[in-house]
Amino acid sequence: MKQLLVSLLIGSTTLPAQSIPFIKTAQLEHWLNTDSDTVYVLNFWATWCGPCVAELPAFEKLNEKYAPQKVKVVLISTDFKRNVESKVQPFVKRKNLRSQVVFMDESNPNVWVNLVSPEWSGAIPATLIIHKRKNVRLFFEKQMTFKELEANLRSVL
Amino acid sequence: MKKILTSLPAVMNILASKPAKIFMAAASLLLTTAVAMSFSLENTGGGYKIGDTAQDFNLKNVNGKNVSLTGIKNAKGYIVVFTCNHCPYAKAYEQRIIDLHKKYAPLGFSVVAISSNDKDLVPDDSFDNMKKLAKKKKYPFPYLYDETQAVAKNYGATRTPHVYVLDKDRVVRYIGAIDDNSEEPSLAKEKYVESAVDALLKGQEVAVKETKAIGCGIKWKKS
Repeated sequence: MKQLLVSLLIGSTTLPAQSIPFIKTAQLEHWLNTDSDTVYVLNFWATWCGPCVAELPAFEKLNEKYAPQKVKVVLISTDFKRNVESKVQPFVKRKNLRSQVVFMDESNPNVWVNLVSPEWSGAIPATLIIHKRKNVRLFFEKQMTFKELEANLRSVL
Repeated sequence: MKKILTSLPAVMNILASKPAKIFMAAASLLLTTAVAMSFSLENTGGGYKIGDTAQDFNLKNVNGKNVSLTGIKNAKGYIVVFTCNHCPYAKAYEQRIIDLHKKYAPLGFSVVAISSNDKDLVPDDSFDNMKKLAKKKKYPFPYLYDETQAVAKNYGATRTPHVYVLDKDRVVRYIGAIDDNSEEPSLAKEKYVESAVDALLKGQEVAVKETKAIGCGIKWKKS
Protein backbone atom coordinates (compact mmCIF):
# COMPACT_ATOMS: atom_id res chain seq x y z
CA MET A 1 0.00 0.00 0.00
CA LYS A 2 2.78 2.35 0.98
CA GLN A 3 4.44 1.69 -2.34
CA LEU A 4 1.21 2.41 -4.13
CA LEU A 5 0.80 5.74 -2.30
CA VAL A 6 4.37 6.70 -2.99
CA SER A 7 4.04 5.89 -6.65
CA LEU A 8 0.77 7.79 -6.81
CA LEU A 9 2.36 10.82 -5.16
CA ILE A 10 5.33 10.76 -7.48
CA GLY A 11 2.74 10.57 -10.18
CA SER A 12 3.07 10.14 -13.88
CA THR A 13 1.80 11.80 -16.98
CA THR A 14 -0.71 9.02 -17.51
CA LEU A 15 -4.13 8.49 -16.00
CA PRO A 16 -4.23 7.10 -12.46
CA ALA A 17 -4.03 3.32 -12.30
CA GLN A 18 -7.33 1.52 -12.20
CA SER A 19 -8.35 -0.35 -9.09
CA ILE A 20 -8.71 -4.10 -9.43
CA PRO A 21 -12.10 -5.50 -8.52
CA PHE A 22 -12.27 -9.00 -7.07
CA ILE A 23 -14.74 -11.16 -8.92
CA LYS A 24 -16.44 -14.43 -8.11
CA THR A 25 -17.73 -17.19 -10.35
CA ALA A 26 -21.10 -15.39 -10.49
CA GLN A 27 -19.54 -12.43 -12.31
CA LEU A 28 -17.82 -14.76 -14.73
CA GLU A 29 -21.11 -16.54 -15.36
CA HIS A 30 -22.72 -13.18 -15.99
CA TRP A 31 -20.25 -12.48 -18.80
CA LEU A 32 -20.60 -16.00 -20.12
CA ASN A 33 -24.34 -16.37 -19.98
CA THR A 34 -26.14 -13.05 -20.01
CA ASP A 35 -27.75 -12.18 -23.30
CA SER A 36 -25.84 -9.25 -24.71
CA ASP A 37 -24.73 -7.79 -28.02
CA THR A 38 -21.37 -6.87 -26.50
CA VAL A 39 -18.45 -9.06 -27.48
CA TYR A 40 -16.42 -10.00 -24.41
CA VAL A 41 -12.77 -10.82 -24.83
CA LEU A 42 -11.85 -12.57 -21.59
CA ASN A 43 -8.15 -13.17 -21.08
CA PHE A 44 -6.80 -15.27 -18.22
CA TRP A 45 -3.34 -14.24 -17.17
CA ALA A 46 -0.93 -13.70 -14.28
CA THR A 47 1.88 -11.22 -13.68
CA TRP A 48 4.46 -14.00 -13.39
CA CYS A 49 3.39 -15.74 -16.60
CA GLY A 50 5.86 -14.85 -19.37
CA PRO A 51 3.68 -15.59 -22.40
CA CYS A 52 0.74 -13.82 -20.73
CA VAL A 53 2.73 -10.66 -20.15
CA ALA A 54 4.09 -10.87 -23.69
CA GLU A 55 0.60 -10.90 -25.22
CA LEU A 56 -0.87 -8.11 -23.05
CA PRO A 57 0.02 -5.34 -25.53
CA ALA A 58 -2.06 -7.15 -28.15
CA PHE A 59 -5.08 -7.04 -25.86
CA GLU A 60 -4.42 -3.40 -25.03
CA LYS A 61 -4.27 -2.56 -28.71
CA LEU A 62 -7.48 -4.46 -29.36
CA ASN A 63 -9.17 -2.67 -26.46
CA GLU A 64 -8.14 0.71 -27.78
CA LYS A 65 -8.93 0.07 -31.42
CA TYR A 66 -12.37 -1.41 -30.78
CA ALA A 67 -13.39 0.92 -27.95
CA PRO A 68 -16.02 2.66 -30.16
CA GLN A 69 -17.66 -0.69 -30.82
CA LYS A 70 -19.42 -3.05 -28.46
CA VAL A 71 -16.27 -4.86 -27.48
CA LYS A 72 -15.11 -5.31 -23.91
CA VAL A 73 -11.68 -6.65 -23.07
CA VAL A 74 -11.34 -8.05 -19.54
CA LEU A 75 -7.98 -9.18 -18.23
CA ILE A 76 -8.73 -11.70 -15.50
CA SER A 77 -5.78 -12.17 -13.16
CA THR A 78 -5.22 -15.61 -11.68
CA ASP A 79 -2.30 -14.47 -9.54
CA PHE A 80 -2.22 -15.51 -5.90
CA LYS A 81 -4.55 -13.44 -3.75
CA ARG A 82 -1.77 -12.38 -1.42
CA ASN A 83 -0.01 -10.79 -4.41
CA VAL A 84 -2.83 -8.61 -5.72
CA GLU A 85 -1.78 -5.54 -3.78
CA SER A 86 1.95 -6.16 -3.79
CA LYS A 87 2.39 -7.34 -7.39
CA VAL A 88 -0.69 -7.10 -9.60
CA GLN A 89 -1.66 -3.53 -8.72
CA PRO A 90 1.88 -2.15 -9.23
CA PHE A 91 2.15 -4.14 -12.46
CA VAL A 92 -1.08 -2.67 -13.82
CA LYS A 93 0.16 0.80 -12.95
CA ARG A 94 3.63 0.27 -14.37
CA LYS A 95 2.26 -1.07 -17.66
CA ASN A 96 -0.48 1.55 -17.60
CA LEU A 97 -3.06 -1.07 -18.58
CA ARG A 98 -6.27 0.49 -19.86
CA SER A 99 -8.29 -2.68 -20.40
CA GLN A 100 -10.41 -3.67 -17.43
CA VAL A 101 -8.34 -5.78 -15.02
CA VAL A 102 -10.08 -7.95 -12.45
CA PHE A 103 -8.87 -10.56 -9.97
CA MET A 104 -10.46 -14.03 -9.99
CA ASP A 105 -11.21 -14.42 -6.32
CA GLU A 106 -11.97 -18.13 -6.25
CA SER A 107 -9.63 -20.57 -4.53
CA ASN A 108 -10.79 -23.62 -6.49
CA PRO A 109 -10.49 -23.30 -10.28
CA ASN A 110 -12.14 -26.68 -10.66
CA VAL A 111 -15.49 -24.96 -10.19
CA TRP A 112 -15.04 -22.32 -12.89
CA VAL A 113 -12.46 -23.44 -15.49
CA ASN A 114 -15.02 -25.66 -17.23
CA LEU A 115 -17.51 -22.80 -17.36
CA VAL A 116 -15.06 -20.83 -19.48
CA SER A 117 -14.55 -23.81 -21.76
CA PRO A 118 -14.61 -27.58 -21.33
CA GLU A 119 -11.61 -27.55 -23.69
CA TRP A 120 -9.54 -25.52 -21.23
CA SER A 121 -7.03 -27.55 -19.24
CA GLY A 122 -6.38 -24.62 -16.92
CA ALA A 123 -3.05 -23.63 -18.47
CA ILE A 124 -2.53 -19.91 -18.95
CA PRO A 125 -2.55 -17.85 -21.06
CA ALA A 126 -6.07 -18.60 -22.21
CA THR A 127 -8.62 -16.42 -23.99
CA LEU A 128 -12.33 -16.64 -24.68
CA ILE A 129 -14.07 -14.43 -27.22
CA ILE A 130 -17.78 -14.57 -26.62
CA HIS A 131 -20.77 -13.03 -28.37
CA LYS A 132 -23.82 -14.19 -26.48
CA ARG A 133 -26.46 -12.88 -28.86
CA LYS A 134 -24.85 -14.59 -31.82
CA ASN A 135 -24.15 -17.59 -29.65
CA VAL A 136 -20.49 -17.63 -30.66
CA ARG A 137 -17.65 -18.74 -28.40
CA LEU A 138 -14.04 -18.94 -29.53
CA PHE A 139 -11.57 -20.40 -27.06
CA PHE A 140 -7.77 -20.37 -27.23
CA GLU A 141 -5.34 -22.00 -24.82
CA LYS A 142 -2.22 -20.29 -26.11
CA GLN A 143 -0.41 -17.01 -26.51
CA MET A 144 -2.15 -14.77 -29.05
CA THR A 145 -0.84 -12.15 -31.44
CA PHE A 146 -2.76 -8.97 -32.21
CA LYS A 147 -3.37 -10.24 -35.73
CA GLU A 148 -4.93 -13.48 -34.46
CA LEU A 149 -7.00 -11.65 -31.88
CA GLU A 150 -8.30 -9.12 -34.35
CA ALA A 151 -9.10 -11.71 -37.02
CA ASN A 152 -11.06 -13.74 -34.54
CA LEU A 153 -12.81 -10.72 -33.09
CA ARG A 154 -13.79 -9.56 -36.58
CA SER A 155 -15.22 -12.96 -37.37
CA VAL A 156 -17.55 -12.48 -34.41
CA LEU A 157 -18.53 -8.82 -34.92
CA MET B 1 3.12 -31.93 -34.15
CA LYS B 2 1.17 -30.49 -37.04
CA LYS B 3 3.94 -28.00 -37.55
CA ILE B 4 6.59 -30.69 -37.87
CA LEU B 5 4.50 -32.56 -40.37
CA THR B 6 3.73 -29.56 -42.52
CA SER B 7 7.20 -28.09 -42.40
CA LEU B 8 9.03 -31.25 -43.44
CA PRO B 9 8.04 -31.25 -47.11
CA ALA B 10 8.60 -27.51 -47.24
CA VAL B 11 12.16 -27.89 -46.00
CA MET B 12 12.80 -30.73 -48.39
CA ASN B 13 11.48 -28.70 -51.29
CA ILE B 14 13.80 -25.87 -50.48
CA LEU B 15 16.71 -28.29 -50.33
CA ALA B 16 15.77 -29.85 -53.65
CA SER B 17 17.34 -28.58 -56.85
CA LYS B 18 14.92 -27.93 -59.70
CA PRO B 19 15.22 -31.20 -61.65
CA ALA B 20 15.00 -33.27 -58.51
CA LYS B 21 12.06 -31.31 -57.22
CA ILE B 22 9.28 -33.59 -58.32
CA PHE B 23 11.06 -36.65 -57.04
CA MET B 24 11.80 -34.92 -53.75
CA ALA B 25 8.23 -33.77 -53.36
CA ALA B 26 7.06 -37.34 -53.78
CA ALA B 27 9.73 -38.59 -51.39
CA SER B 28 8.82 -35.99 -48.80
CA LEU B 29 5.20 -36.98 -49.07
CA LEU B 30 6.14 -40.56 -48.37
CA LEU B 31 8.34 -39.49 -45.51
CA THR B 32 5.55 -37.34 -44.08
CA THR B 33 3.22 -40.32 -44.19
CA ALA B 34 5.82 -42.47 -42.45
CA VAL B 35 6.40 -39.86 -39.78
CA ALA B 36 2.67 -39.43 -39.28
CA MET B 37 2.26 -43.19 -38.93
CA SER B 38 5.07 -43.54 -36.44
CA PHE B 39 3.58 -40.74 -34.35
CA SER B 40 0.14 -42.24 -34.47
CA LEU B 41 1.52 -45.36 -32.84
CA GLU B 42 2.89 -43.35 -29.95
CA ASN B 43 0.29 -40.70 -29.55
CA THR B 44 -3.43 -41.08 -29.52
CA GLY B 45 -3.71 -37.30 -29.98
CA GLY B 46 -5.10 -35.19 -27.16
CA GLY B 47 -3.33 -37.32 -24.55
CA TYR B 48 -4.59 -39.93 -22.14
CA LYS B 49 -8.15 -40.22 -20.93
CA ILE B 50 -9.31 -42.02 -17.83
CA GLY B 51 -9.04 -45.75 -18.45
CA ASP B 52 -6.24 -45.50 -21.02
CA THR B 53 -3.07 -47.45 -20.41
CA ALA B 54 -0.11 -45.09 -20.15
CA GLN B 55 3.07 -45.93 -21.99
CA ASP B 56 6.13 -46.41 -19.88
CA PHE B 57 9.03 -44.03 -20.41
CA ASN B 58 12.71 -43.97 -19.74
CA LEU B 59 13.90 -40.53 -18.70
CA LYS B 60 17.01 -39.08 -17.18
CA ASN B 61 16.75 -38.47 -13.45
CA VAL B 62 18.55 -35.65 -11.63
CA ASN B 63 20.92 -38.23 -10.13
CA GLY B 64 22.12 -39.11 -13.65
CA LYS B 65 20.38 -42.49 -13.79
CA ASN B 66 17.47 -43.22 -16.05
CA VAL B 67 14.09 -44.03 -14.54
CA SER B 68 11.15 -45.95 -15.97
CA LEU B 69 7.89 -46.81 -14.25
CA THR B 70 8.41 -50.55 -14.59
CA GLY B 71 11.80 -50.09 -12.90
CA ILE B 72 10.12 -48.98 -9.67
CA LYS B 73 10.01 -52.04 -7.45
CA ASN B 74 6.87 -53.22 -5.66
CA ALA B 75 4.78 -50.49 -7.21
CA LYS B 76 1.04 -50.65 -6.65
CA GLY B 77 0.67 -47.59 -8.80
CA TYR B 78 2.29 -44.29 -9.64
CA ILE B 79 1.71 -40.61 -8.99
CA VAL B 80 3.10 -38.98 -12.13
CA VAL B 81 3.43 -35.22 -11.63
CA PHE B 82 4.28 -32.88 -14.49
CA THR B 83 5.92 -29.97 -12.76
CA CYS B 84 8.90 -27.66 -13.12
CA ASN B 85 11.23 -25.34 -11.27
CA HIS B 86 10.07 -21.87 -12.18
CA CYS B 87 6.27 -21.86 -12.10
CA PRO B 88 4.75 -20.22 -9.02
CA TYR B 89 1.97 -22.79 -8.94
CA ALA B 90 4.50 -25.61 -9.10
CA LYS B 91 6.50 -23.93 -6.35
CA ALA B 92 3.38 -23.61 -4.22
CA TYR B 93 2.95 -27.37 -4.49
CA GLU B 94 6.59 -28.43 -3.94
CA GLN B 95 6.13 -29.37 -0.31
CA ARG B 96 2.79 -31.04 -0.96
CA ILE B 97 4.37 -33.20 -3.67
CA ILE B 98 7.12 -34.22 -1.23
CA ASP B 99 4.47 -35.00 1.39
CA LEU B 100 2.51 -37.12 -1.10
CA HIS B 101 5.60 -39.20 -1.77
CA LYS B 102 6.44 -39.57 1.92
CA LYS B 103 2.93 -40.71 2.66
CA TYR B 104 2.31 -42.99 -0.31
CA ALA B 105 5.67 -44.34 -1.48
CA PRO B 106 5.80 -46.74 1.50
CA LEU B 107 2.31 -47.90 0.44
CA GLY B 108 3.43 -48.58 -3.12
CA PHE B 109 2.57 -45.27 -4.83
CA SER B 110 5.73 -43.38 -5.58
CA VAL B 111 5.73 -39.87 -6.93
CA VAL B 112 7.49 -39.55 -10.28
CA ALA B 113 8.03 -35.88 -11.10
CA ILE B 114 8.70 -34.83 -14.68
CA SER B 115 9.72 -31.46 -16.08
CA SER B 116 9.05 -31.01 -19.78
CA ASN B 117 9.65 -27.28 -20.19
CA ASP B 118 11.98 -26.09 -22.92
CA LYS B 119 15.15 -24.86 -21.25
CA ASP B 120 15.72 -22.29 -23.99
CA LEU B 121 12.42 -20.63 -23.18
CA VAL B 122 12.83 -21.00 -19.42
CA PRO B 123 16.48 -21.31 -18.36
CA ASP B 124 15.31 -21.89 -14.76
CA ASP B 125 14.02 -25.25 -15.93
CA SER B 126 17.30 -26.54 -17.36
CA PHE B 127 18.50 -29.97 -16.24
CA ASP B 128 21.25 -28.35 -14.16
CA ASN B 129 18.73 -26.20 -12.39
CA MET B 130 16.47 -29.21 -11.86
CA LYS B 131 19.39 -30.92 -10.15
CA LYS B 132 19.92 -27.89 -7.94
CA LEU B 133 16.28 -27.69 -6.92
CA ALA B 134 16.06 -31.43 -6.21
CA LYS B 135 19.13 -31.12 -3.99
CA LYS B 136 17.93 -28.01 -2.22
CA LYS B 137 14.46 -29.45 -1.55
CA LYS B 138 15.86 -32.93 -0.88
CA TYR B 139 13.38 -34.44 -3.32
CA PRO B 140 12.80 -38.02 -2.14
CA PHE B 141 11.35 -38.95 -5.56
CA PRO B 142 12.78 -39.05 -9.08
CA TYR B 143 12.72 -35.70 -10.86
CA LEU B 144 12.98 -36.50 -14.55
CA TYR B 145 13.87 -34.38 -17.53
CA ASP B 146 11.56 -34.86 -20.51
CA GLU B 147 13.93 -33.13 -22.88
CA THR B 148 12.11 -34.07 -26.11
CA GLN B 149 8.73 -33.28 -24.50
CA ALA B 150 7.46 -36.58 -25.92
CA VAL B 151 6.22 -37.84 -22.56
CA ALA B 152 4.20 -34.70 -21.82
CA LYS B 153 2.72 -34.90 -25.32
CA ASN B 154 1.85 -38.57 -24.91
CA TYR B 155 0.16 -37.94 -21.60
CA GLY B 156 -1.55 -34.79 -22.80
CA ALA B 157 -0.06 -32.76 -19.99
CA THR B 158 -0.49 -29.05 -20.63
CA ARG B 159 0.38 -27.27 -17.41
CA THR B 160 2.38 -27.45 -14.23
CA PRO B 161 1.51 -29.04 -11.93
CA HIS B 162 -0.58 -31.63 -13.79
CA VAL B 163 -1.03 -34.99 -12.11
CA TYR B 164 -1.79 -38.46 -13.48
CA VAL B 165 -2.48 -41.24 -10.99
CA LEU B 166 -1.89 -44.65 -12.55
CA ASP B 167 -2.64 -48.06 -11.13
CA LYS B 168 -0.09 -50.90 -11.15
CA ASP B 169 -0.99 -51.78 -14.75
CA ARG B 170 -0.41 -48.12 -15.69
CA VAL B 171 -4.10 -47.56 -16.31
CA VAL B 172 -4.90 -43.87 -15.85
CA ARG B 173 -7.26 -43.51 -12.86
CA TYR B 174 -7.09 -39.80 -12.10
CA ILE B 175 -6.04 -36.68 -14.01
CA GLY B 176 -5.87 -33.20 -12.58
CA ALA B 177 -5.01 -31.09 -9.60
CA ILE B 178 -3.39 -32.16 -6.33
CA ASP B 179 -6.03 -30.41 -4.26
CA ASP B 180 -8.50 -27.57 -4.51
CA ASN B 181 -6.39 -24.71 -3.18
CA SER B 182 -3.04 -24.00 -4.75
CA GLU B 183 -2.28 -20.87 -2.75
CA GLU B 184 -3.13 -22.06 0.75
CA PRO B 185 -2.48 -25.75 1.52
CA SER B 186 -4.14 -25.42 4.90
CA LEU B 187 -7.37 -24.26 3.29
CA ALA B 188 -7.61 -27.16 0.84
CA LYS B 189 -10.87 -28.99 1.39
CA GLU B 190 -10.59 -31.61 -1.31
CA LYS B 191 -7.32 -33.50 -1.61
CA TYR B 192 -7.97 -35.05 -4.99
CA VAL B 193 -4.77 -37.06 -5.44
CA GLU B 194 -4.87 -38.44 -1.90
CA SER B 195 -8.51 -39.47 -2.33
CA ALA B 196 -7.69 -41.16 -5.64
CA VAL B 197 -4.74 -43.10 -4.22
CA ASP B 198 -6.65 -44.01 -1.06
CA ALA B 199 -9.44 -45.43 -3.21
CA LEU B 200 -7.00 -47.45 -5.33
CA LEU B 201 -5.29 -48.79 -2.21
CA LYS B 202 -8.67 -50.02 -1.01
CA GLY B 203 -9.43 -51.50 -4.40
CA GLN B 204 -12.21 -49.00 -4.92
CA GLU B 205 -13.28 -46.84 -7.81
CA VAL B 206 -11.83 -43.33 -7.77
CA ALA B 207 -14.75 -40.99 -7.05
CA VAL B 208 -13.46 -37.73 -8.57
CA LYS B 209 -11.57 -38.79 -11.67
CA GLU B 210 -10.79 -35.47 -13.27
CA THR B 211 -10.27 -31.96 -12.00
CA LYS B 212 -8.90 -28.74 -13.41
CA ALA B 213 -6.57 -26.17 -11.97
CA ILE B 214 -4.87 -23.05 -13.16
CA GLY B 215 -1.25 -23.74 -13.96
CA CYS B 216 1.63 -22.49 -16.04
CA GLY B 217 1.33 -23.72 -19.60
CA ILE B 218 4.11 -26.19 -20.43
CA LYS B 219 6.67 -24.24 -22.43
CA TRP B 220 6.79 -26.09 -25.75
CA LYS B 221 9.82 -25.85 -27.96
CA LYS B 222 9.43 -23.45 -30.84
CA SER B 223 9.63 -25.49 -33.97
